[in-house]
Amino acid sequence: MQFWLIQTLNSIAFGGLLFLLSSGFSLIFGLMRMPNLAHGAFFMLGAYFGATFMNWGINFWIAALMAGLVVGGLGIVLERGLLRKLAGNAQGQVLVTLGVSFIIADVCLMVWTGDPVPVPAPQWARAPTFFIGYAFPTYRLVVLGVAVVAAVLLYILMERTRLGAMIRAGVDDMEMARGVGIRVSLLFMMVFLLGAALAGLGGTIGGPIMQAYPGLDQDMLPLALVVVILGGVGSLLGAFVGSFAVGFIYNFGTALFPDFAYVILFLPMVAVLVLMPQGLFAGARQ
Amino acid sequence: MNRNAILALLGVVLLGFVPFVMDDFFINLTSQILCYALFAVSLNLIVGYGGMTSLGHAAYFGIAAYGVTWLHTVAGWGQLSSAIGAVAVATFTAAVFGVLALRASGLSFLMITLALGQIVWGVAYRWVGLTQGDNGMRFPVRPEPLGFNINGATSFYYFSLIVFVVSVYIIWRVVQSPFGAGLRGTKDQPRRMRMLGHNVWMIRWVAFIMSGFWAAIAGLLFVYYQKFVSPYTVSLQQSAEVLLMTILGGAGTLTGPMVGAVIVTLVKNVASSYVERWNALLGLIFVLAVVFMPTGLVPGFRKLWKRRTAPPPASTPALTAKPSTEHAS
Repeated sequence: MQFWLIQTLNSIAFGGLLFLLSSGFSLIFGLMRMPNLAHGAFFMLGAYFGATFMNWGINFWIAALMAGLVVGGLGIVLERGLLRKLAGNAQGQVLVTLGVSFIIADVCLMVWTGDPVPVPAPQWARAPTFFIGYAFPTYRLVVLGVAVVAAVLLYILMERTRLGAMIRAGVDDMEMARGVGIRVSLLFMMVFLLGAALAGLGGTIGGPIMQAYPGLDQDMLPLALVVVILGGVGSLLGAFVGSFAVGFIYNFGTALFPDFAYVILFLPMVAVLVLMPQGLFAGARQ
Repeated sequence: MNRNAILALLGVVLLGFVPFVMDDFFINLTSQILCYALFAVSLNLIVGYGGMTSLGHAAYFGIAAYGVTWLHTVAGWGQLSSAIGAVAVATFTAAVFGVLALRASGLSFLMITLALGQIVWGVAYRWVGLTQGDNGMRFPVRPEPLGFNINGATSFYYFSLIVFVVSVYIIWRVVQSPFGAGLRGTKDQPRRMRMLGHNVWMIRWVAFIMSGFWAAIAGLLFVYYQKFVSPYTVSLQQSAEVLLMTILGGAGTLTGPMVGAVIVTLVKNVASSYVERWNALLGLIFVLAVVFMPTGLVPGFRKLWKRRTAPPPASTPALTAKPSTEHAS
């Protein structure tokens, strides 16, 4: 019983983490029509930066926000510096993000060496929480809380603000959005900042669970891809549902059949591709 | 015989002389280049001619390499039957993955091929019982095709050269065939092709399978050369490397991917003896190639060549045409 409860909580927490990673990925894909293959590298950078900031004695939450801001800034540099120049050549943009992800991964290896860097959880969240006789790891609950807060804020941003309405317009019909005077290229920058910052924040938040290690980027990127294939491109709801689905499948898969975790992860993706190739909650008209 | 055929023949003859002028290190390096060049040419079938950019092409390459190793060392099959079995498994995987990836087009296609490729990587890395995980698998001895011993650098080089030339010749014939024309048609004008009664999906799928088949042949060459296969063979880096070769040299040309393979393999070998940062260098070349040479080296140079030779014939008709129109009016 304890096993199932703990694994369920782990799955939910991991799903929350995946949401931080893949919501930005999905929004960028929805608006800019390109999968940002540097997204896993952004996540990894977030974890490393978070660990470094905390080593300097900075509080966990401030370190996480700072990591998000730094990675977000890097996202802007990538968007303005490289992707802008390739506007209209989506395939070139994807390949550039792939190249950048290799560069980031190698620079991380150079700076933080090949050994895993532990990211400490906040002091108060290290002891387990007791609830109806079971011990729960407190930090997983914290991760879940952060993901829910992020989801609510993103929902408000997307559905209740002018910026969100403009982003939705861009996702739905870019030509028309341009036509009514929305500065879509500015939106690209905003969404890239938002997505990269979320990934960086997610990296620090996920750090105490996953640690920061070389290869983290390539462990996370496929998960974001699967989430978006499941949930549909550019859909916040799809990213939310997809994240928790993948969180459960991946976590229970790893716990029960360690050799096949990847294959099990792949099955729902195949099913969705065969039955509804647009994803369960398709956002972008393609 | 046209000029291209003469050039190709000249190239093959020159390649045939490589062992006479180089030492073992460079002969081995050239064998390696041949293997990657075939791999890149196979990817070019779908990237260059079909307009389908795949980021999971190392899967078929690696499945063939793993397959032949597993069948030969674990299942105890003979050399020839394990090679055939491995290529069959890899081609079948390509057929299945093709069905899935072709549910989408454009960049979603790219994303799905990447995800599928990562699953193959996951199996190679995590399923230790089958693939020995990160330690990789050793392939004990090279086969003896038709009784020839190919253990030496020179003999293996000639073996690679024969496989390479035959494979590229067949691929070239496919590209020149009506099927190849159809494939290029589905890249440029899928809707018109559909209107003309072609089954666009089927053309793409068949091209995808062929591409996987030739990647598997390259994978065999690879494992015969290295006598070792590790998860790196099916990794995203490997897929990215081969895509870089194709794009750097020029997708959609026959020689482009070969030029790309030469450059990338040389840079990789030279760089890895000086620095350990191959991945960063790979990424950097990727970014530079896409930003500064979006069509690749071979089409770029061809354009330069044309510009150098073309201006006189291009300007003369304009000059002669002008007076005649004046005269007519």
